[in-house]
Amino acid sequence: MAGGSSVRGPGGGRGNGRALRVVGSSVRKVDGLSKCAGVTKFADDIVLPRMLFCKLHRSPVPHARIVRVNTSKAAKMPGVLAVLTGKDLPIPFGILPVSQDEHALCLDKVRLVGDPVAAVAAVDEDAAFDAMNAIEVEYEPLDPILSIEEAIRKPSPRIHDYGDEGNIHKKVALEFGDVERGFREADRIFEDTFYYEGSTHLPMEQHAAVGMVDPDGKVTVWSSTQTPHYVHRALAKVLEMPPAHIRVIACPNGGGFGGKSDPFNHEIVVAKLALLTGRPVKITLTREEVFYCHRGRHPVLMQIRTGVAKDGAIKAMHFKSYLDGGGYGSYGVASTYYTGALQTVTYNVETYRFQGARVFTNKPPCGPKRGHGTPQPRFALEVHLDKIAATLGVDPAELRLRHLVAPGSLTANYLRVGSMGLGKCIGAVVEGSEWKKKFRRLPRGKGIGLACSSYLCGAGLPIYWNNMPHTGVQIRLDRGGGVAVFCGEIDIGQGSDTVLAQVVAEVLGIDPYDIRIVFGDTDLTPVDLGSYSSRVTLMMGNAAIQAAERARELLAKVAAEKLGVSVERLGFGERRVFDVEDPDRGMTFAEAVVLAESRFGTIGTVGSYTPPPSAGKYKGSGVGPSPAYSFSAAVVELDVDPETGWVRVERIHLAHDVGQCINPVLVVGQIEGSVYMGLGEALMEEQVFRANRNGVHRQPSMLEYKSPTTMEMPDVVSYIIEDPDPNGPFGAKEVGQGPLLPIAPAVVNAVFDAVGVRIDEVPVTPEKILKALESPAKRYGPKGVPDVKWPDPIRVPAPWEGGTGRPDEGGEPAVASERAPAPDRAPHARGPRS
Amino acid sequence: MAQKMKRRGKGAAGASPSRAKVHLRLDVNGETQEVAFAPHKTLLEVLREDLGLTGTKHGCELGECGTCTVLLDGRPQLSCLVLALECEDRPVVTVEGLARGPRPDPLQMAFAELGAAQCGYCTPGILCAAKALLDAKPQPTRQEIREALSGNLCRCTGYIKIFEAVELAARRMRDPDAKPAAEVLHGRRV
Repeated sequence: MAGGSSVRGPGGGRGNGRALRVVGSSVRKVDGLSKCAGVTKFADDIVLPRMLFCKLHRSPVPHARIVRVNTSKAAKMPGVLAVLTGKDLPIPFGILPVSQDEHALCLDKVRLVGDPVAAVAAVDEDAAFDAMNAIEVEYEPLDPILSIEEAIRKPSPRIHDYGDEGNIHKKVALEFGDVERGFREADRIFEDTFYYEGSTHLPMEQHAAVGMVDPDGKVTVWSSTQTPHYVHRALAKVLEMPPAHIRVIACPNGGGFGGKSDPFNHEIVVAKLALLTGRPVKITLTREEVFYCHRGRHPVLMQIRTGVAKDGAIKAMHFKSYLDGGGYGSYGVASTYYTGALQTVTYNVETYRFQGARVFTNKPPCGPKRGHGTPQPRFALEVHLDKIAATLGVDPAELRLRHLVAPGSLTANYLRVGSMGLGKCIGAVVEGSEWKKKFRRLPRGKGIGLACSSYLCGAGLPIYWNNMPHTGVQIRLDRGGGVAVFCGEIDIGQGSDTVLAQVVAEVLGIDPYDIRIVFGDTDLTPVDLGSYSSRVTLMMGNAAIQAAERARELLAKVAAEKLGVSVERLGFGERRVFDVEDPDRGMTFAEAVVLAESRFGTIGTVGSYTPPPSAGKYKGSGVGPSPAYSFSAAVVELDVDPETGWVRVERIHLAHDVGQCINPVLVVGQIEGSVYMGLGEALMEEQVFRANRNGVHRQPSMLEYKSPTTMEMPDVVSYIIEDPDPNGPFGAKEVGQGPLLPIAPAVVNAVFDAVGVRIDEVPVTPEKILKALESPAKRYGPKGVPDVKWPDPIRVPAPWEGGTGRPDEGGEPAVASERAPAPDRAPHARGPRS
Repeated sequence: MAQKMKRRGKGAAGASPSRAKVHLRLDVNGETQEVAFAPHKTLLEVLREDLGLTGTKHGCELGECGTCTVLLDGRPQLSCLVLALECEDRPVVTVEGLARGPRPDPLQMAFAELGAAQCGYCTPGILCAAKALLDAKPQPTRQEIREALSGNLCRCTGYIKIFEAVELAARRMRDPDAKPAAEVLHGRRV
């Protein structure tokens, strides 16, 4: 058994027909004690001899043309070794092939307060700071665009010279099945409008990076990044260097949550400064700069219209979303599709229409934050369903249970659902919270609310479309019995190093602490696309099983011969290889390695993973498919003071279908952390800007940007549901993001139960509750949506209408040849994934 | 201007009289260290940059997040708000000083076992704050733990595993064999 504190989890004894020993156990994280001893090296902990410090001169205006940049004073200051402007790094980059719209330093215009215009490298931080302030920039101001409504109304001045129309970056229109027929056949039609405010990741660690150049000209960049592979691509492109001469090392992230998933300007700048000076260069962003880096939750305005039968069955749904993208593309095209993708995977939706528009505004760019593009529509859908249930006089838990998507089915938009434990999740939180005794029966001021959700276990398609695996794992066995495992994954706190060690230990029958993990290094480790879209456990886990099974095969061959039994009779466990019918007969794992190495030479194996092909073959079908979907149900119990509007959350019950626990205590930790972050968004977190003060951030500090502290965090009761998915490693699905999604709608539904008002907008502040209590409609929320000229939809018949996943006509069918573009020439029209 | 930075001296290192270093004795993790540093440096900066003790982290350098918490005179202090100049001969304990030789402090072990350190970045500060709490109150209530850690932000855990780890460490100081409750490790059974 692994480690003194191991406890057999609920999944112990299942999976692949063999009893599990390590998988399913709460083993201590393999990096846990290092983190608690303070020896884990984060990016800013790196110190190199002769290291210089970099500062970025940032724009104080939200939208302007750059007339002149004068760096001469700064360059002459003592201790300054190099100064850069946009002209030194003119090649654009960006995370998605379709929006390569960023420059490491702004070239001709600035698009937000905080956009970097120039960079300095100096012998210490003070000298760099003084030089940064000595840079003079002359701007020709342009009218700033600061809201969704303004961006749609004002096509000029254009923030970017690309995009679908004026300041609209991306427009999407998709239709699955005969939606008009669905509305005609419905008994009731409901319509609601919702708004979800933007929020930021607020990782405790500020972004940091160190660039270094070897005497032979090779560049190394250490960074707090969730996606070393994409940083590698961006560096090669902008520096115009062969990728083989660039090494990116991802340091353990001091929190990511999606905020370190883009290649960043500062990572490119330190590499360039290192090339220019021949010395290592470090940058660490200030907390205020992190707020301007952002890439967080898109503010989204939404309208949902649903036609339902008498029993609540959804005959037709029409969902519109309007995303405030900020100043750059980032993951935004994918985010736009995501606001329409996952509505169909929880409850049956017979016909479905989605229209989405993302606008550019002169604010920090939005991108992927935990749940990427799906918490906003999930909020809208789950509050909308609560209202439908109330009108129909059906218990909201019962309404959901009646119409669950069946396991193993294909949704209207061609997402293939595998295992589906949402019914069990709802059952767990309903029973655990004594829902039936409480719902609509509590005294005024006390409320209980329910909501559900689903999330991906990794995106089905990579960002750069190609036919290569999404992840690779390499294993090397040492003749002393040690095992080194190499994978490009990066532990951002979610525990991926531990998952990797447990999976390999399980297959090889050794202890997770016998394993050395080498991670996130483009020189040393096989590519893993990164720690985003909840992909790591499923994809890396499957690749690790393949690599470990290949190693076990070699060991089994020699061990079987030595013991004179068939390989089928061999067991691997307790650091031994043995005859399962006579367990005393066997050898140590290390002895088996020695035998295998004597026979085959050095033992190294590899494994990789590519998701199954998507069922949808329409333009836009790239966003939404996943090898598996996780499911969550939440019940929130809270108090609302009708006099002050103050909300105090007492307890949250959260059941999550994780397929199979790899490590139960880490699963519970991900549930609790997701609940926390969802609660912050539900009640207080806002990334907002002052339109009347040049678009500056309203609260770019950790004091004023409110996040829940120990004093606000309620009790969380977690219920782990294990409905193994055939595509998951040992049946495992994700848990890092899904449990965030139902929190905001469950809070809003509980507020209605407590005081009878509908808050159709998060965060739910006391002010909004009081306004709703005073309003005749007993509601607070957006009144309508702006007019957008939507394109003709791509019409795809639903699977139950005889559809094949291809569009009817007019839309571009996706053909197989489009699936294999050259790496940097991915098709532009279809939504890239994240 | 997007930058908000502490204003320090002018010019490059050694270029101005304001950069003249002070030389003093610090008592860090039970060892006396002689160290020379620019007088405007915070304790945080001296620990990380001059003593190489990078276990102490920073999240804001403005006294808002609690990440840089160390023990000064046995009490939790935000090292980003304390001048190192003020610390001569006063005992400073950082996360590197919590273990006894090779043996982790019960708090460190409990945090590691329960996954109370996810990304691990707020962990050194929280461990120091929790250490001060347990030194003063060996059997704190949940509410006392909440209050003692209310100045430390964590974005990963939702604080629950942190509370449970402090409680487990407190129990282990009386009963070294104390085990976490089953619900802590795998949630409530359905």
